[in-house]
Amino acid sequence: MTESSQDKNIRIMTYSEVAEVKGFVGNFEITIRRKPRYIDETKCTGCGECIEKCPTKAANEWDLGLGIRKAIYKPFSQAVPNVPVIDPEICRYFTKGKCSVCSKICQAKAVDYDQKEEFITEKFGTIIVATGFDQFDTSAYGEYGGGRFKDVITGLHLERMLEPSGPTGGHVIRPSNNQEAKRVVFVQCAGSRDEAKGMPYCSRICCMYTAKHAILLKDHVPDSQSYIFYIDIRTAGKNYEEFYKKAQREAGAIYIRGRVSKIYEKGDQLVVRGADTLTGEQVEVEADLVVLAAAAVPRDGAKELAKILNIPCDDYGFFTEAHPKLQPVESVTKGVYVAGSCQFPKDVPDSVAMAGAATIKACAILSQDELIIDPKIAHVDPELCSGCLDCLEVCPFDSIKAEVVNGRRVASVVQSLCHGCGNCAAVCRTKAANVRGFSDDQIYAQISAPFSAIEEKSIEGAQ
Amino acid sequence: MKVLSSQENIHQFRNEIIALSGEDASNCVQCGKCTASCPIALEMDLKPSQVLRYIQVNSRKPVLECATIWLCASCETCSSRCPEGIEIATVMDTLRKLAVEEGLATGQEQIVAFDEVFLDSIKRHGRVHELGLVLRYNMASRKPLKDAHLGPLMLRKGKLSLLAHRIREKAKVREIFRQSRRFLRG
Amino acid sequence: MSVGYYPGCSLESTAKEFDLSFRAICKGYGIDLVDIPDWNCCGASPAHQLNEELAFALPYRNLLKAEEGKLKTVVSPCPACYSHLLHTHKTVGEKPQLSNRLAEMVGRVYQKSVTSKHLLDFLYRDIGIERIQQGIKKPLEGLRVVSYYGCLTRLPGVDIDDAENPTMMDEIVAAIGAEPLDWSHKTECCGASLSITRTDIGLRLANEILEAAQGVKADYIAVACPLCQSNLDMRQPDVEKKYDHSYNLPLVYLTQLIGLALGIDIKDLGLDKLVVDPAPLLRSKGLR
Repeated sequence: MTESSQDKNIRIMTYSEVAEVKGFVGNFEITIRRKPRYIDETKCTGCGECIEKCPTKAANEWDLGLGIRKAIYKPFSQAVPNVPVIDPEICRYFTKGKCSVCSKICQAKAVDYDQKEEFITEKFGTIIVATGFDQFDTSAYGEYGGGRFKDVITGLHLERMLEPSGPTGGHVIRPSNNQEAKRVVFVQCAGSRDEAKGMPYCSRICCMYTAKHAILLKDHVPDSQSYIFYIDIRTAGKNYEEFYKKAQREAGAIYIRGRVSKIYEKGDQLVVRGADTLTGEQVEVEADLVVLAAAAVPRDGAKELAKILNIPCDDYGFFTEAHPKLQPVESVTKGVYVAGSCQFPKDVPDSVAMAGAATIKACAILSQDELIIDPKIAHVDPELCSGCLDCLEVCPFDSIKAEVVNGRRVASVVQSLCHGCGNCAAVCRTKAANVRGFSDDQIYAQISAPFSAIEEKSIEGAQ
Repeated sequence: MKVLSSQENIHQFRNEIIALSGEDASNCVQCGKCTASCPIALEMDLKPSQVLRYIQVNSRKPVLECATIWLCASCETCSSRCPEGIEIATVMDTLRKLAVEEGLATGQEQIVAFDEVFLDSIKRHGRVHELGLVLRYNMASRKPLKDAHLGPLMLRKGKLSLLAHRIREKAKVREIFRQSRRFLRG
Repeated sequence: MSVGYYPGCSLESTAKEFDLSFRAICKGYGIDLVDIPDWNCCGASPAHQLNEELAFALPYRNLLKAEEGKLKTVVSPCPACYSHLLHTHKTVGEKPQLSNRLAEMVGRVYQKSVTSKHLLDFLYRDIGIERIQQGIKKPLEGLRVVSYYGCLTRLPGVDIDDAENPTMMDEIVAAIGAEPLDWSHKTECCGASLSITRTDIGLRLANEILEAAQGVKADYIAVACPLCQSNLDMRQPDVEKKYDHSYNLPLVYLTQLIGLALGIDIKDLGLDKLVVDPAPLLRSKGLR
């Protein structure tokens, strides 16, 4: 990220979001909302003194609540740019008009409480969406404690614990009493492959990251024992199956085939009740810590973003690719590409590959002055058009616009967006809309041509 | 050797269960959550997920003869937790009736006997006469003194009537019994 | 206010105190309980285990009798009775084939006019927490109570807040001044249906529930099911003997607890009918 921030051809706008998209491929007009961080980025040196002196504390989102941050904070240690942001919801200056220690202490005079939200509108040629994924809210599972048990955490929580510079200094601890966890239960498919209460799909990454967790846990806590409850272990990747075997053979993880039915507190420990379908028994594990492999879901706001970008998404909010096999990085809308888990959960190598593919396809568009498109696209004859706009209603690609020609409202096809599907032609009552080369007259002409040749030949033959 | 291909229709049992209960055992991915949830799994010979599996592979007799379908307490914990939404307790009910109909209900014969004595009490009085039920069941299961220590206690506390409470329309209830068929079919 | 009442077979015998206490508190709230005229047994477990048509026909007759008696709503203290009435009512609405068959068997057509309620639903929604609180004369202060729901929350179609962690009973317990405790076995099956035929299973499950309640230092276990109460109370001495452990944990019906808080006499609530005696604790806490 630091490298990107220093590249002269890359402009990073953090703490910003796309508010509106107008136009079409090669000619997008995009309005971006820049949220105020209340710090002047041009003045701040990133020294961090303001953070040290800030008296207000809150749970740290990056550490999923395992650690704390201040009201003025950097989201994570390697954040780019190296400039903090003020949380106006808890900052004493914003909520009570008091404090302002950060402002007083800042040598660069970079704190600016009066900073306002800004909207900028610029022209862009292409869009690549890579908004990633979030974790399913496992508190939906009342049988797993419904979010009430401190020692039932998710895989991401464990990631934060395992990091040496993280909130627990690299120690895997029980949040309830800060003691080191020795008996750790991993629950696969917490929210995945669940038509009744969760997501019906498989989240793809959890089998592998749980194996990783078991291996790292053994590293961090040598006398620990991992119990992994699974339904199937999915290791479809290079060296994945070997990695899974390593978790068992080297890290001593015990894999138990069967879902967990219930987790409850007994005294100061957790009891995990599950099944071993391979031996046909109901089993229980008394655990210090339970790690739920939560399903991967689209980021909050993905559906709203899809509307803004004018791209379709599925029922869950994953952005829809133009073709499930042959066009995995193109969205249905020309000029908008998708990469990574926002299209569907996937591992790092796949995300990187998609990012590369999306980039090069985007570059292909940007490197041309003119776009060559398929000639078999629709056209509306303004003379014949009655302005009913039924074609606009049925166009799946949103490529028909209303226009005023000679004082009349007519439909008009945006050539670069049209896919030539013919819905407009099918629905048009006045035959004004046609796919070029495939108007009714043209099709009749194609049909009658061979028949008139046959007719001629048979007349000849009869003579 | 169990030769799966020697079966004329490997989906037969599964289809039969769909027809009788509306539940499709094919939807089960064998995740085991039902087995994990069942309070009585410990005492069961076939676990709930295994019962579903046997239906999937058309293995009829072992299921109808098992103890599991009788030990099921209909607590519905399995049904309420199944990720595929299968009403497993309903399947158990269907299997019970099939087992009795085909004379294969050997898994827990005393439970079938209890059920029959219970229903007989309703047939005669319109309501269950608890003392009568226990006495007749104990006789049928050849344990006349079982739970005898509870009898005097319950009587003292006025929680056990010596005589049955009878409803007025006893004949009506008897008629309902006469007409009832084991399965609501066709 | 008048409401239909379906006591069920056990409330006439082994759960007599459930019936007594519910009638007593309804009287206190000015609610007129009208028994379904000439009601019959709902069939309990044996009916749906052995005979599908019977399993529907028995509750069907009760629904008809309720209609006959012009009862729009029927409250069932027993979760099984409630479940069968509800299930029959719903399925008759969904399957014309069943509806026709039942009308044929029982001789009349049910007009689908009866709303079934379980006891908790009735207390929580029809009487309401506020009214319960207002009527309190002797709040049960200092009483640590765990709420045991059994399988009520999992009955198909049941109207309950949360199947895994319900709070309706806990809220009522709090409303009457007692301290509701969180615990692990709120909805664990007690195995009552096997209490007679496989007593060993009933005792094992009862032991697990009692152990969990004792683990959080509960004074009482509040219940709303006659079978659960019986298995955990009447069989408690057997559990203690088999597992060589003393519990002495009274299983008190929720309606009895409410009655105590309303200041109703212990005799009228049938408290003396419980096997594990709750009275000593009440005296030691100055609540009676």
